Amino acid sequence: MARATQRSEVSGRTAGPPFVMAVPALVFFAVFALVPLGGVVVLSFMEWDGLASPQWAGLAKWEQTLADPVTRRAMWLTFVFTTVSYLFQAPVALLLGVFMAGSQRYRALLSVLYFLPLIFSAAAVGITFQSLLDPNFGLSRAFNSDLLGQNWLGNPDLALFVVVFVVAWCFVPLHSLLYQAGVRQIPAALYEAATLDGAGRLAQFAHITLPQLRYTIITSSTLMLVGSLTYFDLIFVLTGGGPGGATRILPLDMYLNGFRSYDMGQASAVAVILVVVGLALGLMLNRLSGASKMESQQEGL
Amino acid sequence: MSHIDIGKICEGTASRRSFLGISAASALTLGLTACEGGTQPGEDPDGAGSANVWILTGGMWPVISDSVSRWNEENPDQAISVEEFENDAYKERIRTAVGAGQAPTLVLSWGGGTLADYANNDQIIDLSGATGDLEERLLPSVALNGQVNGTTYAVPVNDVQPVVLFYNRDLFAEHGLEVPETYEDMLAVSDEFQRHDVLPFALAGASVWPELKWIQYLTDRIGGPEAFQAVLDGEPDAWSHPAFMAATTRIQELVEAGAFGDNYASVAADQNADLALVHTGRAAMVLWLSSAYATFRNDAPEFTETSLGWTTFPTVDGGEGDAGNIVGNPANVFSVSAAASEREQNAALGWIGERLYDDTQIEEMIAAGAVPPVQGIADRLAESENGEFLSYSYDLASAAPHFQLSWDQALAPGPAQELLTNLSQVFLMQITPEQFVDNMNATL
Repeated sequence: MARATQRSEVSGRTAGPPFVMAVPALVFFAVFALVPLGGVVVLSFMEWDGLASPQWAGLAKWEQTLADPVTRRAMWLTFVFTTVSYLFQAPVALLLGVFMAGSQRYRALLSVLYFLPLIFSAAAVGITFQSLLDPNFGLSRAFNSDLLGQNWLGNPDLALFVVVFVVAWCFVPLHSLLYQAGVRQIPAALYEAATLDGAGRLAQFAHITLPQLRYTIITSSTLMLVGSLTYFDLIFVLTGGGPGGATRILPLDMYLNGFRSYDMGQASAVAVILVVVGLALGLMLNRLSGASKMESQQEGL
Repeated sequence: MSHIDIGKICEGTASRRSFLGISAASALTLGLTACEGGTQPGEDPDGAGSANVWILTGGMWPVISDSVSRWNEENPDQAISVEEFENDAYKERIRTAVGAGQAPTLVLSWGGGTLADYANNDQIIDLSGATGDLEERLLPSVALNGQVNGTTYAVPVNDVQPVVLFYNRDLFAEHGLEVPETYEDMLAVSDEFQRHDVLPFALAGASVWPELKWIQYLTDRIGGPEAFQAVLDGEPDAWSHPAFMAATTRIQELVEAGAFGDNYASVAADQNADLALVHTGRAAMVLWLSSAYATFRNDAPEFTETSLGWTTFPTVDGGEGDAGNIVGNPANVFSVSAAASEREQNAALGWIGERLYDDTQIEEMIAAGAVPPVQGIADRLAESENGEFLSYSYDLASAAPHFQLSWDQALAPGPAQELLTNLSQVFLMQITPEQFVDNMNATL
């Protein structure tokens, strides 16, 4: 702290703007995030159907939630969904981002096209894909192909992966954009030096691009993992958690418990689990990567 | 670093909206419940003690809105204000509003479990004898839907929608087949159609609720309405009634026989993909609410004119249920909020007594292709533009010894969700009829 003050006297910048400027944002955050969060924690110990007055249920609600086979399955599905989503989205986004970073004209044009899904609303994407994947009137009919006429969203073994694909279609553009910006910030001098040393394209990618993208990878991974953990709208429109609960991940389980079964206690308990796991995941990624230190990768350049 | 901020906003809002949305809603209503007895709707300075009603968009609702406008012109001192909601938005909003004592004067519901919840929490008032001669004018099988334990808590407001079996006449003629009258016929016809590459029954399994029509009709034909009545009465192990086991067994028999094809679980009812299969000649039959007629007329007017057929659900050999029994949506119902002031309640009751199903409303409904649940309108229906079908639904509803409300509405919300999940698993062959019965018994 002392050093910071000292330095701020010198440069007049590093101490940052006065704390007062953060007050509006903090008040906003407290009123719309922390207070409801507290409400949810309290509700998770209550029996409430949305009509009668809430009754204190103590730990019973949590026991019920953790013993509910539907919620347990939802936990497992959330784990699978998050993992598969990450394994699918991360490499595609990275490669696409690196590709988009090139300065050729056609790449700029393609980048604009790749970017499009990002600006569509999730509900519209959901309804569109539902129609495209309709086994009778969808893609299969347009292209007259039986191969495309699969039971995409109706086969319990397939539906989750179809959902992973559609969600990836929506979010890969965002992450590609992050990587594109990250790649463009890498000084060209590094590549020139490597070329002089005789490094090939793959070697340059492995030894320059990837290490230089370290923080971009961490940011993108955090968004991807926490994002898929809490992702809701598109899946809700696309499958509603079906067929037979095959895509009922935790956020959907929470919603259906709360606003279909009107069991606000159990819905709140699931919400608390999501908040805790989401925060823990974000924090862990930050710690593991040492990103909180955020030292520069470009010293000496 | 600005690109990262964009990222956080773009993905963050989508994901955060879900859990913050739900928490905000819960916390908000928690707050509202706490100040129950504070500001009542009637004391709102803007509302100035006037009655209000929330209705839905589309369907027959413009007719109701017109009716209220006419009432307001004649009774400016008892005016009722109308607000329109989209279906799902309404369902989510109304429950918290009722729970918080902030309900509109007229509370719209689907009857069944929700209505019973409202009545048992004293959130709506007893309407016995308070609605003029309305009760005598209604079709008895529909009026019953507004009762909780024999007391009238609600009156129907819109049209009757029995579930009927629609079929493509051309396909039956082309392959020389008869419309099925028994369960055995259904199996036989299914086989024949499949041999000709025609899907026997279109089914929107992705939406799940169309599957309810199947279990409801089969259960009723096999065991009569008593089987499900025992479930509603909360009798222990009521789902062990043999009719449920027999109905789910037959469902799986139909699935295995290919009666619904292979892809029914991918078909969603939202965009009428199931009805489209019938009017494009790819499926022979579909079990749907009578409102499908309007969709057929809209999407395929020529087909509706020449080739659309309809009939009642087939009987099951040895079944105890009356073949005249129907399932479906008897009608939406209106109740009067107990939280409203006496003045507001009087305005609402005045409108119900004088204007609900008056001549003008009946006329407008028939013109729009809907059947009002009122006695003695057979001639008017027969003369109307869609006379043939409207008369058919009307006769079906007025002659029905029992009109079963959709089970997902009849049950309390929790068990209703369990039912939908388990039923879709029955159709997917993921659970056996025995497991279905056990799982459902656990919800009693």
